[in-house]
Amino acid sequence: MALYLARRLLQSVLILLGVTFITFFLLYVLPADPVRQIAGRSATAQTVESIREQLGLDQPFWVQYGRYLWGLLHLDLGRSYLQRAEVAELIWARLPPTLLLMAAAIACEVAIGLTMGIWAALRRGTATDTGLMLASFAGVSAPQFVVGLLLLYVFGVWLRWLPIGGYGTFAHLILPALTLGLLGAGWYSRMMRSSMIEVLRQDFVRTARAKGLTRARVIVRHALPNAILPIVAMIGIDIGIFMGGIVVVESVFGWPGIGQLAWQAIQRVDIPIIMGVTLVSAVGIILGNLLADIVAPLIDPRITLR
Amino acid sequence: MKRLLASTALLAALALPALAQDGNGWQPDPDARQGGAIVITYKDDVATLDPAIGYDWQNWSMIKSLFDGLMDYVPGTTDLRPGLAESVEISDDGLTYTFTLREGVRFHNGREMTAEDVKYSLDRVTDPETQSPGAGFFGMIEGFDAQMAGEAEGLSGVEVVDPRTVRITLSRPDATFLHVMAINFSYVVPREAVEEHGADFGRNPVGTGAYRLGEWTLGQRLVFERNEDYWMEGLPYLDRITIEVGQEPTVALLRLQNGEVDIPGDGIPPAQFQQVMDDPDQAERVVRGGQLHTGYVTMNVTEPPFDDVRVRQAVNMAINKDRVIQIINGRAVPANQPLPPSMPGYDPDYEGYPYDPEGARALLAEAGYPDGFDTELFVMNTDPNPRIAQAIQQDLAAIGIRASIQSLAQANVIEAGGAGTAPMIWSGGMAWIADFPDPANFYYPILGCAGAGEGGWNWAKYCNEDLDAMAERADSMSDPAQAEERLALWTEIYARIMEDAPWAPVFHEERFTMRSPRMGGADELYVDPVSIPINYDYVYVTE
Repeated sequence: MALYLARRLLQSVLILLGVTFITFFLLYVLPADPVRQIAGRSATAQTVESIREQLGLDQPFWVQYGRYLWGLLHLDLGRSYLQRAEVAELIWARLPPTLLLMAAAIACEVAIGLTMGIWAALRRGTATDTGLMLASFAGVSAPQFVVGLLLLYVFGVWLRWLPIGGYGTFAHLILPALTLGLLGAGWYSRMMRSSMIEVLRQDFVRTARAKGLTRARVIVRHALPNAILPIVAMIGIDIGIFMGGIVVVESVFGWPGIGQLAWQAIQRVDIPIIMGVTLVSAVGIILGNLLADIVAPLIDPRITLR
Repeated sequence: MKRLLASTALLAALALPALAQDGNGWQPDPDARQGGAIVITYKDDVATLDPAIGYDWQNWSMIKSLFDGLMDYVPGTTDLRPGLAESVEISDDGLTYTFTLREGVRFHNGREMTAEDVKYSLDRVTDPETQSPGAGFFGMIEGFDAQMAGEAEGLSGVEVVDPRTVRITLSRPDATFLHVMAINFSYVVPREAVEEHGADFGRNPVGTGAYRLGEWTLGQRLVFERNEDYWMEGLPYLDRITIEVGQEPTVALLRLQNGEVDIPGDGIPPAQFQQVMDDPDQAERVVRGGQLHTGYVTMNVTEPPFDDVRVRQAVNMAINKDRVIQIINGRAVPANQPLPPSMPGYDPDYEGYPYDPEGARALLAEAGYPDGFDTELFVMNTDPNPRIAQAIQQDLAAIGIRASIQSLAQANVIEAGGAGTAPMIWSGGMAWIADFPDPANFYYPILGCAGAGEGGWNWAKYCNEDLDAMAERADSMSDPAQAEERLALWTEIYARIMEDAPWAPVFHEERFTMRSPRMGGADELYVDPVSIPINYDYVYVTE
């Protein structure tokens, strides 16, 4: 296990290094001069040159990249070109809302996905099954900005049950978490359905029923724990999928997380923020996958980490 | 003889249409009520609140409410009036300005503002280490070049005479100087606060303004609180302004309809505009006003085919401006010259090029392009700009010009414009909005030779040295008695530019600010030409 973790750690560092290089390079070749952005439209040529020199942007690519990595080693992500604030501070301030949203979205997708999947499996072949699977299909394929705006309109504007975007209370959390979680819920309901159908066919389920246990008890005590295994292992990977979704969902709902920060930074080509957010997302995805890998053998002894 | 300008005298001297009622050129609103709080929303985070650095339309008026400069504008107008200065005395040669400061003005940290602070602030903004995007505005002050080169300990032209007197010496007479003393970059900051926070002063602003920063939760909200010790009697009216960021304009409008928001800072989204204007209840709360903006198509005059003036004139005649304006829900007025209508120097009698595709074709043929030609039209990729570019593309196609559209991110279009690699650019989303309400500000960076170099904002690369000389002559008329003569000269400069037609001006965007039913104050405050979107210091709530 220790050896496995050490190797994974080394891999992760290499992946992160690759991510920084690719992102840094892409942003470097982008035909937009950051110095002109900082200097603004009224700057004199003198100002532009002075800023270029002060920020080291007159240096060759490898020097700039080396300086960035050196900063990273000291946990220094640099300063935003446009906001002029420390990137680390901007990201740090936005991390808690994103983590909260992700946790809530995971809760949503698991709760909805499992309920739908189990229900469909038990009503296999009926109209209920078809209906549920259609719904899950819709959940998987609907674009998140459409779902978000729709939910916002129905529950915020029409029914006025929930606030229209923003951050602060539990009520604010419901719609964005639901929007973000619906996609996963669609997947999970399908996985849970097939997993459950398979488990229900197994011998031990038949044995349990033959022992005289009630149907409900068999499902809850015997079938469910077995059917749920493949799904728990997926949750870590969701973090990676969420990284894409939060950009959309946070923007629609005005959720002050790093997805929104990334979106604003991309629109304004604020390179240090784009770099920082990319790096933090990469760390999140790596941690999520690692978590999934570590959890898998705990719930299924047949899997070992090597 | 020296000229002493103070308050009303200044307004009269500048011969601008002023509503001067009292010393500040502003009549207190009898219905205004002290107290209350409002909520304003924005999509984007507020960047810095450091007056030396902040340079976008969003933080511009926020900085105006947190800080003050020596000069200021009468709210809702483009008329100059004294701000932190009580009066200003100008020498006969127009080179020395002596400002007498108001007594008893205090920073938010409680310390009294003095002449030393004025000098410190001007030295700071021109210090290369500050990296101020506005440093270039102070080029007329003596010692500017040495300061920018890092060879001086501050601007030699700014002297502290006594704690209440600052004398500023210019290296050349400049009629825009008092406007520059009203621009955010010149605002007065206390040295101790800047030194305490360093590069984070923009997050911890301390000024003399009507509001002070109460709270700033990154990515969520800023709270401005009333400055109880504000030097202007009775102002501001509101106790608190909460600025919520990260709110999509569509969502902001819904929240306004729900009564949760008072001003949607990003305006009414295009998709909802018609719906709002069709509802009398809502339309009544929309204030329409001009802004110092012009949307234009630039043509690179250094490369064929746009090096031929007839081709550029043909483009001017080809564009159906009324139809383009329909694309943005009629939220603009057609433009026939670079200056917007609310800018001094605008010529209401100038007729411009007519919409005449036939005439345009004839001109093209005369220029040697009877079958037209292929070219590229660069445009910023956010709505509605690509749609506007398509309309222009169609109009051009009608006279035989086949323009392919290059739709790119803002920074990339600006880069191409500066590098001179874009034959045509539709300026939408990047168009010039004046830094200060004076015709000079529409010339030097975007139409003068100074901006035509590599990386400049004069994307047409148009450089007419005769006009540069005229502009210089106009701006050396710093005697307020010559103000009208100076404006006439500027009007002529812009007429001459239109003869050369480096641009096809298309429209002047209008502003539509929506407010909640409880917000009060004159309409002009909601479309203030200098404070966008609204003048925070003078609005109030009625309940």
